[in-house]
Parts: sequence; C-alpha cells; structure tokens
Amino acid sequence: MSSIIIPVAVLGCLALVFGSFLVFSAEKFKVELDERVKKIRDVLPGIDCGACGAPGCTHFAEGVVNNKYPVNGCKVGGEEVANKIAEIMGVNVEVREEKVAVLLCLGDRNVAKKIADYKGIETCVALNLLGGNKGCQYGCLELGDCVRACPSRAIIMGDKGLPYVLEDRCTACGVCVETCPRGLFELIPRTQDIYIACRSYNDAKTVKQVCSRGCVGCSLCARITEDEIITMDGNLPEIHWNKLKDSKPLEQALEKCPSKTFVRRSELKGGKKNA
Amino acid sequence: MKLLTFRGGVYLKGRKGLSKSSPIQPIELPEFVYLPLSQHTGSPSKPIIKKKDEVKVGEKIAESGGKLSVPLHSPVNGVYKGTQLYPHPLGGMSIAMKIHVDPEKTEPWERVKREVDSLSTDEIVEIIKECGIVGMGGAAFPTFFKLRIPPDKKIKDLIINGVECEPYLTSDYRLMMEKSDDIFKGIDIIRRVLKPDRVWIATESNKMDAADNMRESCASYPWASIVVLPTKYPQGSEKQLISAITGREVPEGGLPFDAGAYVQNVGTALAIYEAVNFGKPLYERVVTVTGSVRNPSNFLVPIGTPFDYLIEKAGGVVGKEGKIINGGPMMGIAQVRREAPVIKGSTGILIQNEKEVLKGEVGPCIRCASCVDVCPINLLPTEIYKVVELNDYERAEKMGVLSCIECGNCSYVCPAGIPLTQQFKVAKNEIQKRRK
Repeated sequence: MSSIIIPVAVLGCLALVFGSFLVFSAEKFKVELDERVKKIRDVLPGIDCGACGAPGCTHFAEGVVNNKYPVNGCKVGGEEVANKIAEIMGVNVEVREEKVAVLLCLGDRNVAKKIADYKGIETCVALNLLGGNKGCQYGCLELGDCVRACPSRAIIMGDKGLPYVLEDRCTACGVCVETCPRGLFELIPRTQDIYIACRSYNDAKTVKQVCSRGCVGCSLCARITEDEIITMDGNLPEIHWNKLKDSKPLEQALEKCPSKTFVRRSELKGGKKNA
Repeated sequence: MKLLTFRGGVYLKGRKGLSKSSPIQPIELPEFVYLPLSQHTGSPSKPIIKKKDEVKVGEKIAESGGKLSVPLHSPVNGVYKGTQLYPHPLGGMSIAMKIHVDPEKTEPWERVKREVDSLSTDEIVEIIKECGIVGMGGAAFPTFFKLRIPPDKKIKDLIINGVECEPYLTSDYRLMMEKSDDIFKGIDIIRRVLKPDRVWIATESNKMDAADNMRESCASYPWASIVVLPTKYPQGSEKQLISAITGREVPEGGLPFDAGAYVQNVGTALAIYEAVNFGKPLYERVVTVTGSVRNPSNFLVPIGTPFDYLIEKAGGVVGKEGKIINGGPMMGIAQVRREAPVIKGSTGILIQNEKEVLKGEVGPCIRCASCVDVCPINLLPTEIYKVVELNDYERAEKMGVLSCIECGNCSYVCPAGIPLTQQFKVAKNEIQKRRK
C-alpha cells in the first residue's frame, strides 16, 4: 500500500512546488502587451501582402501602435479597415478613395507585333533588360511578372498575351504597379470607367509602325476637355483624376480618340459589367 | 616553369579561322550614322552642336557629361540631324545623335603635330580624355579615369591584353599582326604615365603568329616581355589575366590597382598612340564581322555604323538569319533590331544562322556542379540561381553575385541548358537599381 502512497505524495508535493513557482514567475516577469496590437491585427485583412511596407499584417499592427505606419497605411483594407484602426487608436482618418488597378497597354498579339524571338529567363525583368521583343519599347512584355506578384491573385494571363485584372479580387494594394518593369499598371478610382490604356511616349510615326492602338500623341483629348483634366506629358496624355467630377469629359475623349486608346474598364475582360 | 593560368574556365573551339586572314579594310561610308550618347561606362555625353550644323571628321560633337564620362566625336563629314531614340547594341533604346553622311566630302581628319616627349603625365591623361578614349576590349571604361591611379597605390605590372579569348573575334589579332609598332609606341605612353616595374604583353597559344610578330617589334623595347598563355576562356578578363600572369588576386569589390596591376587592351594602346601623337579622337575602330556571313572580314568602321549595313558589306547572311550578336558568342548580346549601331566597345558582330541558334528546352537542375567547376571567380552559380529565382536579391548579394563577370561559362557548360548568366545579369541590375 505504502509503495503507492509515497510516490503519489512525493510527486504531488513536487507538482505543487513547481506549479506555485510557475504561477509566481508568470505574475512577476509578465511582459506588458499592448492590447491594441492584437485588436488591430484582428481587423486587418491578414493576407500579408506587404504593400504597406511591413513584412506582414502583425508587423504592420505593431508599427501602427509605435507610430511607424499611418492608420490608413493598409492599402488592401481601404477605408473600412482604416476607420476601424482609427477607432482603436482613437484618431480621425481622412477618407480615401477606393481604387482599382488597370493595365496601360492594349498591344496584344494581334495589335502590337513581336519583332524577335526570345529564349531565356521567362520573366519580364530579364526581357526588359534586353529591350523587349516587341516593336514598342513601352508595351507589355507578356511574361507575367505581375501575375506571379499579385498577392490576391487578381491578375490572370489572357489568351492574346496580355494580362487582365479581375476587378472583384483586386484590392488596389499596388504591388503590380511596383513590379511591372515598364510601369504599365496604374491605380485609378473605382468610380471611373474610362482611362487611357497606353504608356508610349513615341511619336505618331513610330507608334503607327509598331502598334495599331497606341496613343499617337495628337493631343485631341487634351484640347476638347476643359479645366486641364487631361494634360500632355510629351507625347502622352495624362488624366488628372482628382480634378475629375464626373465621367463626361472622358466620354467625350473616348468618342473622339482617333486611335481608340481610351477604353472602358467594363468592356475589358475581367472588368465588372455595368460598373 | 610554372603554368601561367587561372582557376576554372573552359576550353572552347576558337573558330577564329573564318576571319583570321582577312586584313583590316576600311569600308564605304553608310548613309547615316547613329551615335548613342551612352557608349561608355559612366554618365552619358552631352551634345554641344545644334541641329543642321555641319560636322567634320573628328570634330567634338558632345562633351563629357560628368566626372566619369568622355566626349564624343563625329566619325564622318556630314550634317547633324538631331537626337532620336535608337536601338542600343547593349539592349533597349537610347538617345542617339543622327548624322547624315556627306559622300562628296572625303577629306580626312586634320593631324596635329605634337612633341610627345615634352608632355607631362597630366597633359597626356588630359589628351586621352579629350580624345574620348575608352577601353576597346568591350567594357568601354573611360581610359583617362583608369589612368588616374591613387598616389598610395603602386603599379608593379602593366599588362597589355592581346588575349582575345572570345571565339570568332579577330580584331585584336589583326591589330597585333598589322600595327605592332604603333601598339608598342602606345604602350610606351602608358608606361610613362604609370611607371610600372614590369610590362607584359599577353596573348594566347592559338595566336602564335601574332606573338611572333609582336616579339619582332618588341626587340627595340627592352622593358617589355611577351607571354603566351595556354588558350582558355575567359583569359582576357582583367582579373583572370592578372591572376594568370602575376599570381595575385584582385580582392572582391576591389580594382586591379589593389593587386598592383593594370590591364589595357592592345586596341586601346593603339588608340592612345594615335591620340597623343596626332590628336586623333576615337571615332573609328576595328570590328570583326563573322559567323554565317559570306565573307567574314575585319573592317575599320566609323562608330555609329548600323549592323545591317556591315552585314551587307560582309556579303550577307548564309542561310536563314538566326541571331545577330554584338560581341562574341560567350559574352555578346543578341540584338532585337538589326539596325543597332557600332559603339566604341563593339569588338565584333557575330551572325548565327537559323541552324546554329540553340533552341533546346530548359531542363531541371540536377546539381551536377559543372557550373561551380568552371566559374573563374569561385562562385556557386547553381545556388545563386535559385536564390535569384525567389527574388531574394539580398541573399544573392551576400553570395557574391556582384562579383560575377558575366563570362557565360556556367550557361555554356550547363547540361540542362539553364540560362544562368542571364539570371545573374538581372540580379546585378536589380541590386544596383535598389541601391539608388
């Protein structure tokens, strides 16, 4: 009988001693955690895209508490998340417009011809270093660095060579804007349907030689719209989104553009119909 | 006697026989020449003439655009047509000056008479700078900058590079065969500037006749000695050549003078002689047009001549055109557009026809480490390749990708046909871009 009682008693005592030591040390050496970090982390999207500059959502949450990142720093969460974080942090936040990424090139296989075969590393960065294999030195390289980079898998390669943005999935994090070696992505307001899908600064003659839908730089769109909504940057028109009140000027430009470089997002593959 | 060579490297078929026996010949001028403003390492030159200005051969048309930059000179008599975007032989488009050649005016450039012996070192370096001289072996590094050695560094070995280890190319070989005396006069000028202990003229065992020819001229210059190295690629690379001849290594991230050595190409030595003695700016160079062309030749070409014009002059492509390469097959850059112009660093144009162009599929890496064996700078190409594939440029930098000399050995030996060198070029470029 005693051969059972003694071990139980000894082990029981030991358990009590260690247990009380653990309780004591847990109280004594407690690390103060800011509760706000946990709260912020819970409201973040949690896809660790890195678009805010932090390696992941937890780091971003810590950064917000330490004043390293702004409360509206999360590009994916947008206004909704920014408001929630502002509430947790007890500050006000400016309203930010919801945006969507668009591809600034229309030069697919039938529109912009390739002038050379390429064999080598299958990334746009590598091909761009050689100058690309299309006639247009501003156009899409068609090797899909953006497709691989998009954290929400919102970019897909189309069957004619150009990638397209699935607007339902796009969170406007801006990773594609930074990834594309030719800078062919832009974030535009979701409320706007029409934009200029070209980045070519070439003169009209060169554009016509290499692409049937490239911007020829005629500056007609800049001339027919008022209030400097569209200005010319060399041979390329630039839309000032913040000056735009409604989409009327862009409707006009779309209608008049001789090379059909203005396009509707809703008519592109991947775009939301009736947006 | 110890075998003079370096670690790693590959043994290639020379294929120099195609153009070896063709003497350097001047060509008829093309209709237009295109001079990219960025022909050298460093900042681009700045144009100093106006549109529709008449230009003469050897006239300065662009000044140096910064500390590390050289001026540009007109290679022809003609009319300046302004700048435009034009294909650059090193890839992409760049701003180039377009000159319409006037076929009526044929007067050559005006020679200047100079008393070379009375010039000071600084004056010589200044003349070299004003004549726009850059390294002619391919890298196009401004020579005046290279000649300004920090005062605390002592040059023990001056090495004149006549190795020309790239297959096919014969421009340096022809220079050594035809202009050996002038090359030695150029070397004498470099020697006066640097005051080295020893002078070596290096060449490879597949160019014995050039070595013999140089040895004959060498007889009147007791300070120089000719070394014939066993043929191996990339022996002509600066660091490998220093290692082969002196046994000293250039430290990582260091320059040749850190190892007490200075390397200059034979073509540059000749250009220095012509610049210092007669004031001839660098506006023409020897270009080998070889490969699948009817008459592989060595041409004396004005800078800015389009490649397609030169291919035409060499008799056109044999078979269906496959690839046009600026430089040799190992380090050269395949051209997207055949109208790219000759620049100061173009050593040759290699044309491959459709059958010669490699078209195999890329297989998986089997970790055979062939690339590790041949890497002349002791990198681990297979490991770095994987790191770069994951876009981890920081780790690639730690693994030494910036020391890569882009010799192309790893891609050449890879049994899976993986384009390793291209990946490293991308990585180097990305790392430089992120530093800015």
